[in-house]
Amino acid sequence: MSVELAGLTLASPVLVASGCGGTGRELVSYVDLRRLGAFVTRSITLDPRAGGPMPRIVETPAGLVNAIGFHNSGLEHFLATELPWLMQQGARVIVSIAGATMGEYAELARRLGTAPGVAALEVNLSAPDAGGGGVFDAREPFQAGGVVSAVRRDLPRDIPVLAKIRSDVVRVVEAARTVVEAGAAAVVVGNALAASMPDGRPGGLSGPALRPVALRCVAEVHAALPTAQIVASGGVGAPTDVRAFLDAGATAIQVGTSLLHDPTTATRLIDALEGTR
Amino acid sequence: MSPTFASPAGSLGPLHVEATVLTSKKVGAFHHLTLVAPGIPERVRPGTFVALSVGDLGLGTVRLARRSFWVHRIKPTGGHGLTLEIVVEVVGPGTRWLTNLPPGGRVAVTGPLGKPFSLPKEPVSCVLVGSGHAAAPMFPLAARLRERGCAVSLVVSGPDEAHLLSTLEARRSVRAVTVVTGDGSVGLRGSVADHLAGILERSSADVVYAAGPAPMLHAVAAAAETHGAWSQTALEEPLVCATGLCHGCAVPVLSEDGGARVARACVDGPVFRGDRVRWAALLGTAR
Repeated sequence: MSVELAGLTLASPVLVASGCGGTGRELVSYVDLRRLGAFVTRSITLDPRAGGPMPRIVETPAGLVNAIGFHNSGLEHFLATELPWLMQQGARVIVSIAGATMGEYAELARRLGTAPGVAALEVNLSAPDAGGGGVFDAREPFQAGGVVSAVRRDLPRDIPVLAKIRSDVVRVVEAARTVVEAGAAAVVVGNALAASMPDGRPGGLSGPALRPVALRCVAEVHAALPTAQIVASGGVGAPTDVRAFLDAGATAIQVGTSLLHDPTTATRLIDALEGTR
Repeated sequence: MSPTFASPAGSLGPLHVEATVLTSKKVGAFHHLTLVAPGIPERVRPGTFVALSVGDLGLGTVRLARRSFWVHRIKPTGGHGLTLEIVVEVVGPGTRWLTNLPPGGRVAVTGPLGKPFSLPKEPVSCVLVGSGHAAAPMFPLAARLRERGCAVSLVVSGPDEAHLLSTLEARRSVRAVTVVTGDGSVGLRGSVADHLAGILERSSADVVYAAGPAPMLHAVAAAAETHGAWSQTALEEPLVCATGLCHGCAVPVLSEDGGARVARACVDGPVFRGDRVRWAALLGTAR
């Protein structure tokens, strides 16, 4: 069941959500990466990030709250080892990027734009722990639009930009419109919701608890901007969830927290979608 | 003398299977679960672990985070091939659900996960230290080391007798068994740290293997260093995905070039060289 997204033809509408597929190596025992619509990397920053203190992720009755703090080995290492390995596996790679400043986003776009094997960039504009994680906090839609413009300007035309915005029902349409006008080829709705870790540090709530919120956001964006392409992210675990998001107007979905509970989730969803065709 | 280590065997990746509970037995404070998890037992190496899903989908009681367990035994069972035995200590609703599963109950199991203990190439003297339920992997490790001609001394510790794994079977294959309890109800009274220096001395230990909570592992690594032995420590960190996907189990370590970096307990560990863990940072952030 291939889909057209942001000018790319993807093998499936099922994508791996940023931060929930490790480096890809840890996922390959459970899913053939070639069958995914795309593998979205955890957010890559210019410099290596050691991540936040423990505990970094805790269980709640219907979701996980995380404060990972952008743990990643930085752009150099990503380009030298992780990206070539993903290409070798035949994965479609969408690189999620996060920066401390507008300049860092632009620099990431320049460097990634000339790297072979980057199908698209996903600009992370919605980190629920942005302040604590030391990345640019795109609190207002115009700030998100500014980052998308900066990234778009420094990227070859043939590499599309996806903008990942908050599942904030009140602002989501305005945010989506702004990033699309700034040059985003698709809108990813959305990230983990701003929440609190048990000790009060900022964190993000993800998982089944988010599904109704994300569904509402996707429907509102689709109603207001019927030509905008939407990638839905938030509590997808079962084939019925995929159907619900596609019916609400999404072109593709991302599976995240469900992979942490059952690493074969993406395979099961892809199998189910192919079985129904 | 520095022993050389064979590179960990078992390049086969983990499997995710629907397992069946064959037996569930309460022994002291622990529950021993035997699982039929096709394909997984063959791949297990001492030090690797399995992650289980807990809760009932139909009843809406599924918990999102996995629960991770050391493998205590791999044994052939008539009709089921090799089975997997894990040791469960009830610490919350997830482990309670698991220990209430009747024989025939189903549970999703992923494994084996993580990097196993490295085994020495030469027949050296080894001391194995396990605390509470985390002593579980020391038993299959002792058997592997014996096969290689190593002299094995086993140290099993716990707060009291109920929290000790039985050493009856192991006594046949190891050179010495030392039991340490916090309350002195059986064996030596105190903590592993109180007695380890003497044990390493008496056994002329070349390598020390340990599994348990971080403060104990720190004490083991320090005692090994003082004695001039190598140490391999298997960390028990709370894991959420247990597969390396979430980056939620940070362990501050030293890389080979001596630089500080942050590893993941589940995929880079759970076994780390004792001299490579930045213990002060780990214990400081573990609160």
